[in-house]
Amino acid sequence: MKKSLFLATLGVVALLSGTATAGTLDEVKARGKLNCGVSSGTAGFSTPDAKGVWQGFDVAFCRAVAAAVLGDPMKVEFVPTTGQTRFTALASGEIDVLSRATTWTFSRDTDLKLTFAGTNFYDGQAFLVKKELGVSSAKDLNGATVCIQSGTTTELNLAEYFRINKMSYEPVPVDSSAEGERQYQAGACDVYTSDGSNLASVRASFKNPPDHVILPEIISKEPLGPIVRQGDEQWADIVHWTLSALFAAEELGVTKANADQLADGSDNPEINRLLGKEGDLGKMLGLDADWARRAIAAGGNYGEIFATNLGDQTPIRLERGLNALWTKGGLMYAQPFR
Amino acid sequence: MANALTFPTREPHQAFRLSMLLNDSRYRSYTIQIFVLMCLMLGIAWLADNTVRNLALLGKDFSFSFLWSTAGYDINQRLIAYDTQMTHGRAALVGLLNTVVLAVLSCVLATIIGVIAGVLRLSGNPIVARLMTVYVELFRNIPLLLWILVFGAIMSEAVPAPNAFKGENATASMIFGAVAITNRGVFIPEPLFARDLGTLNLGIVEPSLNALVILLVVIGCVLVNRALMRRASQVQSQTGIRPATWWKSAIILAAPPLLLLWAFGFYLGYPELRGFNFQGGLQLRNSLIAMWLGLSIYTGAFIAENVRAGILAISRGQTEAAHALGLRPGKTMRLVILPQALRVIVPPLISQYLNITKNTSLGLAVGYMDLRSTLGGITINQTGRELEGMLLIMLIYLSLSLIISGSMNVYNARVGLKER
Repeated sequence: MKKSLFLATLGVVALLSGTATAGTLDEVKARGKLNCGVSSGTAGFSTPDAKGVWQGFDVAFCRAVAAAVLGDPMKVEFVPTTGQTRFTALASGEIDVLSRATTWTFSRDTDLKLTFAGTNFYDGQAFLVKKELGVSSAKDLNGATVCIQSGTTTELNLAEYFRINKMSYEPVPVDSSAEGERQYQAGACDVYTSDGSNLASVRASFKNPPDHVILPEIISKEPLGPIVRQGDEQWADIVHWTLSALFAAEELGVTKANADQLADGSDNPEINRLLGKEGDLGKMLGLDADWARRAIAAGGNYGEIFATNLGDQTPIRLERGLNALWTKGGLMYAQPFR
Repeated sequence: MANALTFPTREPHQAFRLSMLLNDSRYRSYTIQIFVLMCLMLGIAWLADNTVRNLALLGKDFSFSFLWSTAGYDINQRLIAYDTQMTHGRAALVGLLNTVVLAVLSCVLATIIGVIAGVLRLSGNPIVARLMTVYVELFRNIPLLLWILVFGAIMSEAVPAPNAFKGENATASMIFGAVAITNRGVFIPEPLFARDLGTLNLGIVEPSLNALVILLVVIGCVLVNRALMRRASQVQSQTGIRPATWWKSAIILAAPPLLLLWAFGFYLGYPELRGFNFQGGLQLRNSLIAMWLGLSIYTGAFIAENVRAGILAISRGQTEAAHALGLRPGKTMRLVILPQALRVIVPPLISQYLNITKNTSLGLAVGYMDLRSTLGGITINQTGRELEGMLLIMLIYLSLSLIISGSMNVYNARVGLKER
């Protein structure tokens, strides 16, 4: 009798725990805010400003998604993650989208069960050294001590690069970009290696940036982009098309300033479709017709987001390079809105 | 049958009824125990079921096959051969050995610090006693992680870089030309052998034969010396006079290892500055030193309190009796007080050793590549096997702790009071 009671209770428990989970979109709407995983402080990408408001390139993307989904770019809860905690945070549902300079790789896409919503930054791994070392090429780094963020693809690229070039090195694993900067500045390592954009941001935060050089070798391809959990196609679509809308807005000349005005109607049917004047693209996505206009109005189109956070006017001073539109020699390309 | 008249030895037989499970005190406790056990099993079953379902929902399976795939990452401190093309399992083993080395080093240093501080805190000299109180209270009441970070920061910020040792007007110099303290770590001379016997291939690890032979000889010498001591004690208990053994001990303990070292052509390899960094010698990395000092000094404060408690537990009369017999204070402590105090000290000492072993997992904070940083950090991150990796790590720490407490319990039984 006891056994049957046990089995019956087990069955009830199994039924209770097996209730279907709601889609991420519904969860976010019910919660009233978007949980967005970012890196814990990288100038230009994600860092809180003096008032404690998060600013940066990765942050701006989350604000665009929040604006599209919830109608308010400020309804975002930013969750700082490290290289080691980011995927667990996403898999466990702690965050809805990971916008944290994460490289799109085969095994992450397939084995880690992540869905990459697109690439919003084409990057490559580089080396930052002090000028006084007199090193002009990464090939001169034999025997150097290298600071590296633990749990990243850069860690694997570094090992491969030194192996291929038959050089030795001494890795000093660090937990975050901030710790890496501290160790590098203290001289505990000769070299700090990371994505080129990150190094530019790190160098810009130094007291005397010209004392440090980024070596010319780019030793890897690092396509960075926002990530969502695998298995929720609707949510993945929303994140992907929000990103695409930002690219399309730059292509079509829709800016933060003129988005509202163009939303009233224009001669270009694609702009009308994008901003919800024509067709019902928003409804297909599970959002309202106005979603893309709000996403663009949040921080501007892709070009504007790049310029305000990383461009010439900022201390980071990154060139567009591969991140320019395809029409201008870059790789950025929006899928057609139709 | 005689007493059956006065005491009924057997209760009258009563048919078992279901209500007796609750009302009869003979059965009630079983009912409660079985009920609690069922609740517990249900809880576990629910957790397991929930995990399996959620893994299935994510499309993940439960497998340890990742341990046999290529790791691809480097580990700076390795006691066994390892390179990036070896497996995650091998990387985990390298990390485990780093954990064990750190735990052993820290247990030894913490015990030394703890015993000295504990004894000195009871010193008659008020300055020394107060200083030790300050040490204990300062380290005991600030979180361990902060101490580790402090030592890590001191090692990377406050000591010279290797290139300060370079050139005509070097601002730093090596201590005795042998030890270099740099912000990349401390470089000390390493023992080398001109006549190398090679290594013993055990499949997974390849210990050096020279080191093994020396270890065996040292163990042999210690055993012989103990036999000598036993003999001396026997003579002392029979005749009352203890024969002089110190020169025999010295010869037995020192001569065979020294001869062996000479036969192997022992010499020291000194570190020297080449290129970016010191080469040769033994490198104690900043992360190791920060962890070692942090763990030892922090835990030493707790051990000092255990030692003090142990000593205070021995009645004052013991000391007075020893003094009355003419023993000096040092001998009183060594021969009378400490052996008795050990009975009080050892059980809490076991807990402190376990704490040290578990606290080595803070190594990630300063980039020490222990088990938590390799298997529990990079491997989990690169393979996405959080559940498997964490379960494996928990299992390893559990086994490690059980081994330590098991062997310390054996020691405790030996120093404990023999009650017959």
